[in-house]
Amino acid sequence: MAYTDKTRGMYTDILTGMKDAGLFKQERYIHSAQAADIEVEFPEGAELKKVINICANNYLGLSSHPEVIKAAHAGLDSHGYGMSSVRFICGTQDIHKKLEKMVTEFLGTEDTILFPSCMDANAGVFEAVLTKDDVMISDRLVHASIIDGIRLCSAMHDTFKHSDMGHLEEKLQLHSDKRQKMVITDGVFSMDGDTAKLDQMVELCEKYDAMLFCDESHSSGFIGKTGRGTHEKCGVMGKMDIITTTFGKGLGGASGGCVSGRKELVEMCRQKARPYLFSNTIAPPVVAGVIKVLEILSATTERRDKLEKNTAFWRKGLTEAGIIIKDGDTPIVPVMLFNAKLSQDVSKDLYNEGIYAIGFFFPVVPQGAARIRTQISAGHEMHHLEKALDAFRKVGKKYNILGKTKAEIIEMYGM
Amino acid sequence: MEDMKEIIRTYVVNEYVEDDSEVTFDTPLISGGIVDSFSMVSLKRFLENKYKISIPDDKATPEAFDSVNKICTLVLEFTK
Repeated sequence: MAYTDKTRGMYTDILTGMKDAGLFKQERYIHSAQAADIEVEFPEGAELKKVINICANNYLGLSSHPEVIKAAHAGLDSHGYGMSSVRFICGTQDIHKKLEKMVTEFLGTEDTILFPSCMDANAGVFEAVLTKDDVMISDRLVHASIIDGIRLCSAMHDTFKHSDMGHLEEKLQLHSDKRQKMVITDGVFSMDGDTAKLDQMVELCEKYDAMLFCDESHSSGFIGKTGRGTHEKCGVMGKMDIITTTFGKGLGGASGGCVSGRKELVEMCRQKARPYLFSNTIAPPVVAGVIKVLEILSATTERRDKLEKNTAFWRKGLTEAGIIIKDGDTPIVPVMLFNAKLSQDVSKDLYNEGIYAIGFFFPVVPQGAARIRTQISAGHEMHHLEKALDAFRKVGKKYNILGKTKAEIIEMYGM
Repeated sequence: MEDMKEIIRTYVVNEYVEDDSEVTFDTPLISGGIVDSFSMVSLKRFLENKYKISIPDDKATPEAFDSVNKICTLVLEFTK
């Protein structure tokens, strides 16, 4: 053992520095199942408080759906708790193949491979299909897991300005000599809630002979008329080369993810993607739960329709209250406060009013763009949203931000 | 030399600066956080295409790319 006092002191200093800079993340303990109404212990040791959750990725309210829970129980009974193996040794069950086939049909692709998480899918996919002769051109606001996957890949990497199609075209021209070009984007961007211009990106990719990759983690199950995702909304179903997505958000909220797309690319992942080759298979009860989720969503659009209505109500309510939100139509609705401390203070006051929503600030979002990211769910009823709006009005009035412009809020609180 | 400096400065501003920050010939680009390590790729490719040169990877260091003046010195080394 060589964990000396000097070593311990070094790490203690780093952690203290994080606390002093306001960058130290603290968990809040939830004592109930994930839902619109939850019971929270915060800070540690405090009495449990009943609050309305408006910061979960539980977009379709399926995380604690009775049919999903029942299906997971049945999967546990019939297929066991775990497989004690990676997929290619002895970790592939009939239900894993069934789920892969269902995801392929749901997303309108050629084939699908499951990963332990979408983080793992994004970490493994680029290295599996690209080499140093190729180039990856990514939107500057893609998710951190994509950045990590890009770092693990030997292909050249370049970026284009967020959602700027003119800049993307310049980059496709600049790298026209590369063997393969892959354009990389999120479908719905997790911090701003805006949507990728996949229709225009497909056109550019066809013009410049490039492949198109899209992470649909914040889209699958509810974006598009039947909830297939951003590619459905943009009218480019069947034209995506690679889609990655998660089962940890709208699609049940447990865990697991996948790469779905052209069959040769999926097969390359099956042969070469390291998180697939060297990490455990998804546990059987989770697989059984996701199968039920896809059955529910394939049978009816009721839940995504309700989410759409809830989102429209929430966006309209905040705007009419004089609160600045990011434009868009997705259930990710960032309330812009610009100042980091203000975002923390508003979050704390909302909690006292029974509303659970978290403030985000630099470096998670750009300097001077602090916000509270609200996320709407089909699990919310009107009374949840009305109570949350009342709380935002009350807290907004306290801080004198209602009806104020960005410049006025920055003048009062600084960047 | 002055023309080259202005061309590179203009490229850096158009490519990387998304607010009204001023970029001079001596502004630290990498250490100042204006150009990240990922984005150096496009800058290197721009220089190679524009000046018909090839910059070896071991010469394309963050230090060599850290200001418009330093980039010009690097480009001139390969255009001689």
